[in-house]
Amino acid sequence: MVKDVCKTFHPNTVNEQIALYNVNVRMREGDFITLIGGNGAGKSTLLNCVAGVYGVDRGTILIDNSDVTRLPEHKRAAVLGRVFQDPMMGTAANMGIEENLALAYRRGLRRGLKWGITRRERELYREQLKWLGLGLEDRLNDKVGLLSGGQRQALTLLMATLKKPKLLLLDEHTAALDPKTAQKVLEITERLVKENNLTTLMVTHNMRDAIKHGNRLIMMHEGRIILDIEGEEKKKLTVEGLLRRFGRISGEEFANDRALLS
Amino acid sequence: MLDILMGAISLGLLWAVMTIGVFITYRILNIADLTVEGSIAMGAAIAAQGITMGMSPHAATLLALIGGMTAGLVTGLLHTQLKIPALLSGILTMIALWSINLRIMGKANISLLRMNTVYTQLETLGLDKVYAVIIIGLIVVFALITCLYWFFGTEIGSAIRATGSNPHMVRAQGINTNTTIILGLIISNGLVALSGALIAQSQSYSDVQMGTGSIVIGLASVIIGEVLFGKKNFYGRLISLALGAVTYRIIIALVLKMGMPANDLKLFTAITVAVALSLPVFKQYLLPLRKSYKGVE
Ligand SMILES: Nc1ncnc2c1ncn2[C@@H]1O[C@H](COP(=O)(O)OP(=O)(O)OP(=O)(O)O)[C@@H](O)[C@H]1O
Ligand SMILES: [Mg+2]
Repeated sequence: MVKDVCKTFHPNTVNEQIALYNVNVRMREGDFITLIGGNGAGKSTLLNCVAGVYGVDRGTILIDNSDVTRLPEHKRAAVLGRVFQDPMMGTAANMGIEENLALAYRRGLRRGLKWGITRRERELYREQLKWLGLGLEDRLNDKVGLLSGGQRQALTLLMATLKKPKLLLLDEHTAALDPKTAQKVLEITERLVKENNLTTLMVTHNMRDAIKHGNRLIMMHEGRIILDIEGEEKKKLTVEGLLRRFGRISGEEFANDRALLS
Repeated sequence: MLDILMGAISLGLLWAVMTIGVFITYRILNIADLTVEGSIAMGAAIAAQGITMGMSPHAATLLALIGGMTAGLVTGLLHTQLKIPALLSGILTMIALWSINLRIMGKANISLLRMNTVYTQLETLGLDKVYAVIIIGLIVVFALITCLYWFFGTEIGSAIRATGSNPHMVRAQGINTNTTIILGLIISNGLVALSGALIAQSQSYSDVQMGTGSIVIGLASVIIGEVLFGKKNFYGRLISLALGAVTYRIIIALVLKMGMPANDLKLFTAITVAVALSLPVFKQYLLPLRKSYKGVE
């Protein structure tokens, strides 16, 4: 699978913001890319453009060699799995766990007047929830609104991968969690990606996580990609080394409030 | 007294149909849809004019349902395609329907006295009209609740429910939220118009003014149903709506009986709804109070 993203994006506000400037990313099938960058670097914008939340001004987006640039968000969703920063975003709070999973299980399929959830699926969901190891398998009917942020993110991850996506987009999906829960959710992410051999693009604010996970690291700054490191070179990266390289390229201090804190 | 009670129950059952429609937009889609004020009068107008022109009452009622669905479609298109805020889209359709309803009827009101209605068949069996209305009302309400319970359990129905809860998630799961919103509005306004058609036939006239304030009555019924009769599963919620609509009518009948002028009704309803909607706020203040009382004891 080759994905080729290249686009400029101006949100049409009075004070025009160039969020992405000639961004090119060619992902290979099985890539697990961690994406890092300062506040307002354009990471979320890039993911949202790939997902179709925003249209692009210029350039094309290809998923699995098919041009999706003009496809609306809900059509692209057929091949995308997404988890958001806000744990509230990924699930329907006043519906049950199994109802949420059932909605995700039908991603990309035609929805008709068949019953929204079958008995066979329920077994599958129970199995998958057990695999998460959070004790959710006995709470299939509980409303998702009752779950903790971490549980919700784990569930959203499961929903994003229940139907194997061609590309998994994770936008700081652990940023709203406490450190321990964040690690747990990251570990689940790692397992899910490995087990299903998912092509993944993960935004993180944590440099250590960005170095630890994935086979490739991309750094963005002011709407451009300034670093793209993979393989052995990535394995050797350290936080200090990364900060130094950032400083050299951009001539600035790395400015991400959350990254500095961690 | 029994007469008053039966009258209230019969009217409540017919308004229950409308209440379920309001529930679909207000609670399921999370939209306050004012189209209903126009579509309830539209249902009445279509049914009355249809019957006057010699249509069978059932056909006229069906036509009213379709008319209401069209009104919902228009609001849905205004909102999703032209990106007009939902509240304003509803108001626009409602205003437009005022003129349309006058055109349908050709005048401000139509009397259905001594005409055949959907209740006539039961009346010819020797039943009082009130009881005929109650029987038809019960049949319609239970048929609807069963249909809707099934529908909102299907794949499409689940998608509509999720849309009101979290549209981002719904789009991320490959569902077009424009479609689900439009579908919800169509179903809702279809039911509201059906209710209008049934009400017009039970009171033997249709009036272009009939919809004024109906959204508030619908909301009052939804809230009374939820507060008094709980809401466990979806089926229970639908039943509680019907009970809420009937209870509302009984309350109104009682306060009128106790001597409240009919002109004050709308004020009374508005205050009831305002109080009911603000219950969560009051609870916030009252709960700590109650706890501190207990602490003193
Ligand atoms: N919807 C929007 N309208 C206008 N400007 C936007 C919009 N979304 C993002 N921007 C701007 O685009 C730039 C990139 O924002 P983006 O959210 O992609 O950054 P980010 O890399 O995700 O940052 P963070 O680490 O803070 O999440 C910022 O300057 C932001 O203000
Ligand atoms: Mg971001």
